Amino acid sequence: MSPHPASENSGIWKLIFGRLDWSAIPFHEPILIGTFLAVIVGGIAILGLITKYRLWGMLWRDWFTTVDHKRIGIMYMILGLIMFVRGFADAIMMRLQQAMAFNGSEGYLNAHHYDQIFTAHGVIMIFFVAMPMITGIMNYMVPLQIGARDVSFPFLNNFSFWMTTAGAVITMMSLFVGEFARTGWLAYPPLSGIAYSPGVGVDYYIWGLQVAGVGTLLSGVNLIATIVKMRAPGMTMMKLPIFVWTSLLSNVLIVAAFPVLTAVLALLSLDRYVGTAFFTNDMGGNPMMYVNLIWIWGHPEVYILILPLFGVFSEVTSTFSSKRLFGYSSMVYATVVIAILSYLVWLHHFFTMGSGASVNSFFGITTMVISIPTGAKLFNWLFTMYRGRIRFELPMMWTVAFMLTFVLGGMTGVLLAVPPADFVLHNSLFLIAHFHNVIIGGVLFGLFAAINYWWPKAFGFKLDKTWGVRSFWLWVVGFWVAFMPLYILGLMGVTRRMRVFDDPSLQIWFQIAALGAFMIAGGIACMFIQFAVSIINRDKLRDTTGDPWDGRTLEWSTSSPPPDYNFAFTPVIHDGDAWADMKKRGYQRPTSGYRPIHMPSNTGTGVILGGLSVAFAVGMIWYIWWLAGLSFVGILAVTIGHTFNYKRDFHIPQDVVERTESERTRQLAMQG
Amino acid sequence: MSNPVPPPYATNMTARRLALSPAVARYFVPLLLLPLGACNWVVMSPAGDVALQQRDLILVSTLLMLLIILPVMAMTVWFAWRYREKAKAKDYDPDWDHSTSLELLIWAAPLLIIIALGAITWTSTHLLDPYRPIERLDHERKVDPTAKRLQVEVVALDWKWLFIYPELGIATVNELAAPIDQPIEFKITSSTLMNSFFIPAIAGQIYAMPGMQTVLHAVANKPGNYEGFSANYSGAGFSNMRFRFHAMDQRGFDQWVAKVKATGTPLDRATYVKLEQPSEKVPPKYFASVEPRLFHAALNMCAQPGKRCMDDVMMTDMHGGGGKESAHDTQGLRHDGTIDVGGFHPVEPGKKGEIAQPSGMTPAADRTPAAQGNEAPGQKDADGHMGNHMGGHHGH
Repeated sequence: MSPHPASENSGIWKLIFGRLDWSAIPFHEPILIGTFLAVIVGGIAILGLITKYRLWGMLWRDWFTTVDHKRIGIMYMILGLIMFVRGFADAIMMRLQQAMAFNGSEGYLNAHHYDQIFTAHGVIMIFFVAMPMITGIMNYMVPLQIGARDVSFPFLNNFSFWMTTAGAVITMMSLFVGEFARTGWLAYPPLSGIAYSPGVGVDYYIWGLQVAGVGTLLSGVNLIATIVKMRAPGMTMMKLPIFVWTSLLSNVLIVAAFPVLTAVLALLSLDRYVGTAFFTNDMGGNPMMYVNLIWIWGHPEVYILILPLFGVFSEVTSTFSSKRLFGYSSMVYATVVIAILSYLVWLHHFFTMGSGASVNSFFGITTMVISIPTGAKLFNWLFTMYRGRIRFELPMMWTVAFMLTFVLGGMTGVLLAVPPADFVLHNSLFLIAHFHNVIIGGVLFGLFAAINYWWPKAFGFKLDKTWGVRSFWLWVVGFWVAFMPLYILGLMGVTRRMRVFDDPSLQIWFQIAALGAFMIAGGIACMFIQFAVSIINRDKLRDTTGDPWDGRTLEWSTSSPPPDYNFAFTPVIHDGDAWADMKKRGYQRPTSGYRPIHMPSNTGTGVILGGLSVAFAVGMIWYIWWLAGLSFVGILAVTIGHTFNYKRDFHIPQDVVERTESERTRQLAMQG
Repeated sequence: MSNPVPPPYATNMTARRLALSPAVARYFVPLLLLPLGACNWVVMSPAGDVALQQRDLILVSTLLMLLIILPVMAMTVWFAWRYREKAKAKDYDPDWDHSTSLELLIWAAPLLIIIALGAITWTSTHLLDPYRPIERLDHERKVDPTAKRLQVEVVALDWKWLFIYPELGIATVNELAAPIDQPIEFKITSSTLMNSFFIPAIAGQIYAMPGMQTVLHAVANKPGNYEGFSANYSGAGFSNMRFRFHAMDQRGFDQWVAKVKATGTPLDRATYVKLEQPSEKVPPKYFASVEPRLFHAALNMCAQPGKRCMDDVMMTDMHGGGGKESAHDTQGLRHDGTIDVGGFHPVEPGKKGEIAQPSGMTPAADRTPAAQGNEAPGQKDADGHMGNHMGGHHGH
């Protein structure tokens, strides 16, 4: 069975363009064409402005080629926010379609378009919003919290970022050239096989994830090495800030789980490209094997996402309660237990595929057991607040909202872990409500807490509270309005991924859910306004102390934003809450004795490799074999070439360090 | 309550009784009815004993968990209020970060709940295993162990459901019926894609997968017309992959069977192969007779002419394989690609209630194992290829 549509009538075209032709441009979809035009106009405007203000050199030198973990962290956040807008646009379109498609109406989306939208929504939100944002936060904060000057492998960090971005570019390309997968976000075969999805959609999916996966895996390796090897003197493992602990375990999970995803997608590609039969119905293939493998990656993945945010909530609760974290070691062990158990539960995603009762019970019970360490964490946050002095700044507001929202998601999760209950709730909107409840209530609220908490560290001024509070309330209320109806619809037996509905009595619930989605849209708008207002009023919101929240960990001991080298002197750690301990003991910042600081040099290799990877993926997706071959050779050549680059480090001269540090001394003195 | 779709006049009747203005009635009465609509929540008020036990399990588990969830939520709000900065709580203690007894409590309390829930899970998962024949009709009546179960063979097609009653010799598309208080045994498979067979009113779902057979035991206790559908996304026509399930008394069921026999046409392999091609919004169809072992052919992916059955191939493999020469003869093993789901063009939005014509009746040029077989799909040649399949081997 050859996957290449044989057509000899246009040999030369096929040779040059593979299966790409004009029919790949979705001229018949006014929504897509409109979006495309808007993107073109917007893109030209932005490029024009960059050219007008001669920013290209600055962008290339200070950002694209940077190996500074802080700048890379910020770039990850920007990538995540851009992709979030796309992912949310998909969400609103789905909500509108489902609110409309009643009483014989087909809504406004045909199946071809709608099925791509829900697939893209899931893929983008997980791989290109949640993953880049948690990686961004970890990238920025982990080295600062452990008193390091950068990550272990600074070039690898830049390369990881550009591979993630390349994956996002490939995925976005499918919007305007060809199509995206119409399979659901995990692309189960046989539907994702070449026989039932012969188009380019699944290939876009595969190559987008494979390319981004390289970035994710390498950034995982990098952060593990950083945490294990680069901690400041005195920072034993049990004195690690809790966010570093959760980041460590999240990255261990990344390194253990992502190769499984890479392997399973590689097997699917072999099925699609060379006609093997791993996951086909016939010829001895077994689609259920794919489902097993992808969830062996997929379940740890949800913990990869949530663990770092558990760390954020711990930091925020402790800081804003002005109190040590309650039960630090119990928190650490709980995190370790969650990380281990996350590998023992994958089958709960398919209780209904016919496993025996004992197998189902085993995986049901292991799933429930995870709620014990998670519950312990929740109590630890509670008892951190207990006997504290809680300042309700935005990060703390998001944390309390998380605690109240997440417990409900946890409860419905345990409910879904009871196999006979899952038999009626599996694939229903109840399930959709459940995982949005934990992902929005946990991951997203955690990211908002983190952004509001660490923004002043990254930029030197706080975020505007008024717009932040507006965003907060619209988000929190919007979430409940959008997803409670979905719980109810699930109990009415309504299943996911439906495009049209029979039963008119359901419509009101979908309309309420759509209203909630629009409230969330308001929350997102307020967040962007909050960023804009804060940047405009940055002088009023300026923080020169470097420690605006009376923080407890090392990142608050340096200036905001930190200098390129983070710390002029590597701190020595005596306590878990290192900075709180230093402040208590009357720490005096040294003002002399500076030495030159050894730093890594910038390099353009990451950008080039990312670009070549996009070209390679385009070649593979469209069967443009010469392009795939050429760019693959290019990738190898550039990689090998880079190993001969000996100009990879430099020293920041002593007088530069001195100048930077005396400026900081002057600013601190002005504070009084 | 038995009908998940409320009659359209229900809202208006209520409004008239309450003597409300039409505008108020239109906009607010549906809202007032929301909580009352609980009888519309089919998962919470099912009509079959299996689903009822599953409902009870949801309620019991939820109550168990609320034992810990509610105190946690209350404590969150209370601590957040009590220890807010302005309150200047007297017991502020910035260094208080450990208490062994509290730590024991916060690990033990969830542990106890999970032990209880785990025990419930273990027993209920075994008792409500879809493969296990049901032992009770409801909480009072036991199933007579000597009584026969109604056998139904289910094939998920693109995008409709085929139900074969092997003992009655009839089959239907998108309409299922069964007598109440009669245990039913469903044997389920799929033709091309993964679907999930789900009638929420009587029992939980189970996947319908090509080349595999799953089993579901259930019973309906209340007469009614219920909804059934695929609960696993399976491509363009998925949304309309619905059927009605009629639970009726024995006499009603007998009449229904008679009606199917009287009005139906025969279902042979050629008809099945045509039916297998993608189509959407297919109205119910009756078949008065069914070719023997059709479900076996669907399950083993050998309904199309010239195909070898999987069980036959597995048997050959078990006996040492078909020899070197069999490596070159794989056409008879191909099933994927004979049904062109990917090339299907569904209904465009804006066109109401139109049944789409599948464009994929002829498989794509480069994926035509079926066309290279003895006959093109859809040609009527029941006798010719049936012998082949029943015999388990053939040459072409």
